[in-house]
Amino acid sequence: MPLMRNLSFVADSFRHLGDNEAIPASGDIIVPLARLEEAANRLASHKGKLGIHVPNTVKPASLTAHFNEVALISVAFPAFSDGRGFSIARRLRRNGFTGTLRATGPLISDQYAYAKACGFDEIDLPEALAARQTVDQWKKGASAISLSYQRGYARPSTILDRRRAAH
Amino acid sequence: MYRYDEFDRTFVKERVAEFRSQVERRLDGSLSDDEFRPLRLMNGLYLQLHAYMLRVAIPYGTLSARQMRQLAMIADQWDKGYGHFTTRQNIQYNWPKLSDVPAILDALAEVEMHAIQTSGNCIRNVTADQFAGVAFDEVEDPRPTAELIRQWSSLHPEFTFLPRKFKIAVTGAAHDRAAIKAHDIGLRVLRHPDTQAIGYEVSVGGGLGRTPLIGKIIRAFLPRQDLLPYLEALMRVYNSEGRRDNKYKARVKILVHETGIEEIRKAVEEEFAVMDGPSIAADLKEVERIAAYFAPPAYETLPAASTSLQAALESNAIFARFVETNSFKHKVPGYRAITVSLKPIGGAPGDATSDEMRALADAADQFSFGELRVTHLQNIVLPYVKDDDLFALWSFLTDHGLATANIGLITDIVACPGMDYCALATARSIPIAQAIATKFADPDRQKLIGELGIKISGCINACGHHHIGHIGILGLEKSGEESYQITLGGDATETASIGERLGPGVTADAVPDTIERLVDIYLAERQADERFIDTYRRVGLERFKGAIHAVDA
Repeated sequence: MPLMRNLSFVADSFRHLGDNEAIPASGDIIVPLARLEEAANRLASHKGKLGIHVPNTVKPASLTAHFNEVALISVAFPAFSDGRGFSIARRLRRNGFTGTLRATGPLISDQYAYAKACGFDEIDLPEALAARQTVDQWKKGASAISLSYQRGYARPSTILDRRRAAH
Repeated sequence: MYRYDEFDRTFVKERVAEFRSQVERRLDGSLSDDEFRPLRLMNGLYLQLHAYMLRVAIPYGTLSARQMRQLAMIADQWDKGYGHFTTRQNIQYNWPKLSDVPAILDALAEVEMHAIQTSGNCIRNVTADQFAGVAFDEVEDPRPTAELIRQWSSLHPEFTFLPRKFKIAVTGAAHDRAAIKAHDIGLRVLRHPDTQAIGYEVSVGGGLGRTPLIGKIIRAFLPRQDLLPYLEALMRVYNSEGRRDNKYKARVKILVHETGIEEIRKAVEEEFAVMDGPSIAADLKEVERIAAYFAPPAYETLPAASTSLQAALESNAIFARFVETNSFKHKVPGYRAITVSLKPIGGAPGDATSDEMRALADAADQFSFGELRVTHLQNIVLPYVKDDDLFALWSFLTDHGLATANIGLITDIVACPGMDYCALATARSIPIAQAIATKFADPDRQKLIGELGIKISGCINACGHHHIGHIGILGLEKSGEESYQITLGGDATETASIGERLGPGVTADAVPDTIERLVDIYLAERQADERFIDTYRRVGLERFKGAIHAVDA
């Protein structure tokens, strides 16, 4: 599916493994959370990166022990209006995850800045949605609001910090 | 009052431009209708029964005269010459065209106003005590806190797609005039009993709607500097754990109710404990910067008693009634806060014409340092009126038909727009309010009855807050007919309670007579200076049941 990263559609090196598909010897793969242990055990002999796909009901703290096994965590967004994934990203980053964080689902260009601020690196979009919302729209969405009030999120200095700097 | 700096101004301008782009992208098909809907709601734009409705934020109900004039201009230019003040201290326009909305937003931005987050599943406009900054019983003006939360909650990257809407109210006084226990989060400013430091009592899980619940205290004392980190922790728990399978069970009140306040408290405290508070909190300087905007106006030093007022009170009984009913004790000697009723007998509660808005703005300029407040009871407050000016103000209001003396009385009715405007409504609200007010129009009778709050909702969503009315009226539809269910004993203050059902619903025609019989029972049972709610609590629901006659149902 189209992968939005740094405001371009880029090639996706990862591939979602089917439920019954055996873990291949090489290639960047994303496995469902249920297969994490199985995949992690093969990690030493696997040529390629391992990613996991988690539902937005996952307890982020349960993933901390696996941070050094996975290069990517894909968080499901069943609908753009279901904002649970934003809090999951925020907690994963706080808990020290430094790998790639991917939002997977029908996010819209108006949410790009929010996703980035919460710690996501990229968005894996359904084909039909990517066809409707052009790269230009994603760029505009990302820069529509140049200022923010909330401190502590992953973005340039906030209004509060700039006020302090000005005095 | 708060004034935008360059950052606030740019922020609102950019939001207007973003909304304009969202409208354009809806029209060119880039955004589907399902995608556009929450985006327009988050900018206060509803699709109603007859037209779009635009809800404009009036943060914590505070308005300047200039802003009020702009609201009047918008009503004239893009609506039908009036607006409706709501139970959340906002104003709604019922007839704007979609294509005019960006222009209206520009006009609002000119006077530092917006429609951001007046709807949608996000943190809504923050409300506060309408007597903030002037109330005699106040620990601290709640508005700097409310303004800090307004800014913090605006386009929040993490909490803009919540399970459901989220409402926060703040009071700075022991007596709760902001209905904080009926909000998702209620904050009460207080001093720590030992250290005397300022902080907040935090309650969570209040709300009306289908499942009315009173908020529970989750933190007895939250130090001031922890406010934003703690709110972030609480919102994160709600965003993660709140139900999304059923929109009627998605408010935080259901999460608290089903999980239990102890479990929720534990989850919030655990989250709060691992957060880096200082990296999230507003520093003290920012808190002080905001607070400075709410510094008291240039009060005169006045004697506690005004001789000119005394003379006017003695010579004019109608004026005396107005002062007795519509004034509120001020913290500064020689001043009062005056509530202007938007509930004339036979009027639509909370409605104001553009002429009335301009008259209110003029009154504010002339008598109240150019400032006004909107109350959650849908009236307007002039917060700084000199006793010496009261007669002139009353004369001015009388000339403009704005001197109705009924604040807190039986005709000071709260009502949602109901079936006359709202797509969700199952029954009419405004005509019911009008019929009750007409029945009790006699000022002497109103005074005899005393404090009695009637609140009317035209559907189960409870926008008219009927659950917390001393008498609540809920309009439903029963086999094609309107049926009004009456509840007694609701209370929005620090002694908050949810009203109890009196009996079967009654027809629209029977409502005024039923209310009259309730009042008669109250008057028969009343001891000394008991209010309706006091008598009700003493004698109980059973005593009032005879007010519903079988033929009315």
